[in-house]
Order: sequence, then structure tokens, then C-alpha cells
Amino acid sequence: MGQMNGSNNDEYVRLLGAWPSPFVLRTRIALNLKRVPYEYLEEEDTLNSESVLNYNPVHKQIPILIHGNKPIRESLNIVMYVDETWLSGPPILPSDPFDRAVARFWDVYIDEHCFTSINGVAVAKDEEERKAAIGKLEQCMALLEETFQECSKGRGFFGGDNIGFIDIGFGSMLGPLKVLEKFTGVKFIHSENTPGLFHWADRFYAHEAVKPVMPDIEKLVEFARLKFNTSIFK
Amino acid sequence: MADELVLLDFWLSPFAMRVRIALAEKGIEYESRGENVMNNSDLLLEMNPVIKQIPVLIHKSKPICESLIIVEYIDEVWKHKSAFLPCDPYQRAQARFWADFVEKKVYSLGRKMWDSTGEAQEAAKKELISCFKLLEVELGEKPYFGGESFGFVDLALIPSCCWSLWFEECGINMAGEFPKIFAWAERCMDRESVAKSVPDRHRVYAFLVELRKKLFAKH
Repeated sequence: MGQMNGSNNDEYVRLLGAWPSPFVLRTRIALNLKRVPYEYLEEEDTLNSESVLNYNPVHKQIPILIHGNKPIRESLNIVMYVDETWLSGPPILPSDPFDRAVARFWDVYIDEHCFTSINGVAVAKDEEERKAAIGKLEQCMALLEETFQECSKGRGFFGGDNIGFIDIGFGSMLGPLKVLEKFTGVKFIHSENTPGLFHWADRFYAHEAVKPVMPDIEKLVEFARLKFNTSIFK
Repeated sequence: MADELVLLDFWLSPFAMRVRIALAEKGIEYESRGENVMNNSDLLLEMNPVIKQIPVLIHKSKPICESLIIVEYIDEVWKHKSAFLPCDPYQRAQARFWADFVEKKVYSLGRKMWDSTGEAQEAAKKELISCFKLLEVELGEKPYFGGESFGFVDLALIPSCCWSLWFEECGINMAGEFPKIFAWAERCMDRESVAKSVPDRHRVYAFLVELRKKLFAKH
């Protein structure tokens, strides 16, 4: 068990999740990084799940981390909670306040712009809408390539030598990005246009905290085909 | 030192208000530069090229963006007084959760209520009311969302009180339907940091009404 912050003593850890969710993936990676033993509970029907309703009555969404009997909700919140509670191993967020603010900013950007654009491509009703969403997503990738170069400073991850907050935030989107690449034929992460991200993605996938929990791409493709009844998935 | 700290600001922005309140709570001096949100200044575009929005806090020439991120930054750098976030990781997670709820729901719905009409406005109003119901329960009997002390969630929510006259006009009776939040808002407004950072409700109301007229005159 990772060394813990004094007040939380050996309480049981459970994670309510759903395998396709990039947000759930973030929390699993964080728990693995800190070597926290936990019970993973797959919620197949989150909207009708009693546990989900009980522990997250406000949003009725997973992931939900339950530590003892205390629920922690929202993926980035959970990652920060894990970082602040289990102190052994490299920290997920940097110690310098400015670097922490930068890491938080990019994860907010990834959720509000990147993920929104990924969704935008998936649910686009016509070619025009889809082209616009693809354009936006390509802009996000260009920006994140720059950010990677600045943050990594020649090392392997956004967090430097170790996986950090931005790696977890963006790495969880690699699966959905690959699914979109398959259906649109557009390469969002490209060895020429985004070389930093291209090689970073391989390192991320291979990391011991990520590999065991990253969903299989073919399964994700099938999931997308069933979930999104829009033209690109037919 | 004021020359180390600059806030790119806009008087009406509830997000900038959060930062003004946070700086005042900590007793920090800074230079405020008012931005015209219609024409982004060169400094704003340089300091926040990604989102191009205020507030931006520039500390020793380094920009920090997004109001709640700025507030956490202020809390981490100036630890000498008035902690906004609790020490306990679970309490911190709860505070961040509710601040995020306020961020994603209250302001966007408040905005929707202002820039829409008819059914869309009614739908936004209904949803906003259900958010206030949840917040009323979350506040409970505590003086502040943070418990005994003014904290992160209080900072996140209090700027919305300058929209109260607009909410009343839309038919949301804050005092009658949400007495705890109403009393909490009065308690917050008694704080010097809040009183000097949140503009007068009447001024805000007049400005919003005028701007709304212009917005709908175009359509």
C-alpha cells in the first residue's frame, strides 16, 4: 500500500467506473501510479445504477472513488485527491504553484476544447459540421504539441521524467482519438505534424500504470459504432 | 509588491471578481488593468493566447489563467492568512467539486437566462432553480460553504449575487425560495473584500438590461 496522508488509515478503496470512459481511465492510472489497491466495479447502466445515484446524486455520473465511505467525484478531482492522499512515489502534480497552475490549465483546456471537439466530430449531423469539428480538433493537437515541447523540456512526458497531470488528462483521450482516426481517415497525432505527441503516445501506452487499464481499441471502435448513430460510424 | 502583480480585469466579469476578492482576502497589493472585452489588448493576447479571456493574473511576468486556477494559485503562494481550501484532502475534493458545479452550472445558466428569450430562457431558469435548491441543501446551517470560514466555494459563487436583480426580474425569488443562500450572500457582502470587489447590483442590472436591449435589437 502506498504511504498515506496521516488522517486516512487503511480504508477500503472502491472505484465505480465504465470501461469505455476516458474519465474513468484517468482515475485508474492515478491509482496505479500510487500503487493503491482498490476494487473496481463496472457500472454497465450508470443512469439506472443505485450506487451511482447514491454516491453522485448531483451528476449521476462515473467515475466515483469511494474511500472508506466517502465519495469523491469528477475525474480530475479524483486524480488530485489520490495525489494528495497517497504520498509515496513521484507526485502527479508538480510542487511549484506556477507549474501546478499550468498543469491544471491544460487539463481544463483538454476537457473544454479537446474533448468537446472529439464529441463534436462523433455527433456531427452533416459533413460541414464534421469538417468544422475536425478543424478545431486539429488546432487542439497543434497547441498540445507546443505545450508538450515546453513542458517536457526534452524528457519523456508532459510531467518530465514521470507521468503527470497533463499526461493523464490527455493520455486518456488517446483511445477516443484513435477511434476517430479510424472512422474519419484523419491522423490527429502524426509523426510529422505532431512528432512530440506521436512518440509520447507510445511511451504513455507502454507505461506500467497505463498498459493494464487502457481499453482495447477494437472494443472501443465497436462501442462507438453502437453508441453514436451518426453517419461516420456506419 | 504591486509591481510584481498585475490583474487583467473587467469590472463586470464575475470571474475577475473572484480573483479581486481572493487578493483582498489575503491583503495583497496589485495593479489592476481594466480590459475592454470587445477589443482584446496586446497584453491580454500575449498573456492568454489560448483562451483570450480575462481574468489573467500576471505574477513576476508569468501569466496564470482561469479564475478558479488563479484562486488556488493565490492560496498556494500566499499561505500566511485566510486559507481558501481546507488541509484535509477529502474536504478539498468536496470544495473543488462544488466550485466546479457552480462554475459549470450557475454562471452558464445565468448567462443563458440573460441572452435568450421564451422557452429557452424558461428552461434555463428552471435548471438554475434546481441548482440553487442543491446549493441551499449543501450550505445547510453553516455560515459559509467552507464551514466557519469563507472559502473556495464561497469565492466561486458570491459574484453571482450581483445578478440578483436580474434573477428577481426573471421570477426567481431568492429571499423567499432560498433563504439560506440569501442570508449567506448578505453575510459575504459584509466582508470588506467582497464589498469592494463586487459592483453595485443596481449598476450591474442597468448595464445588463441595456446590453440585452442591444443584443435583441440586432435580431
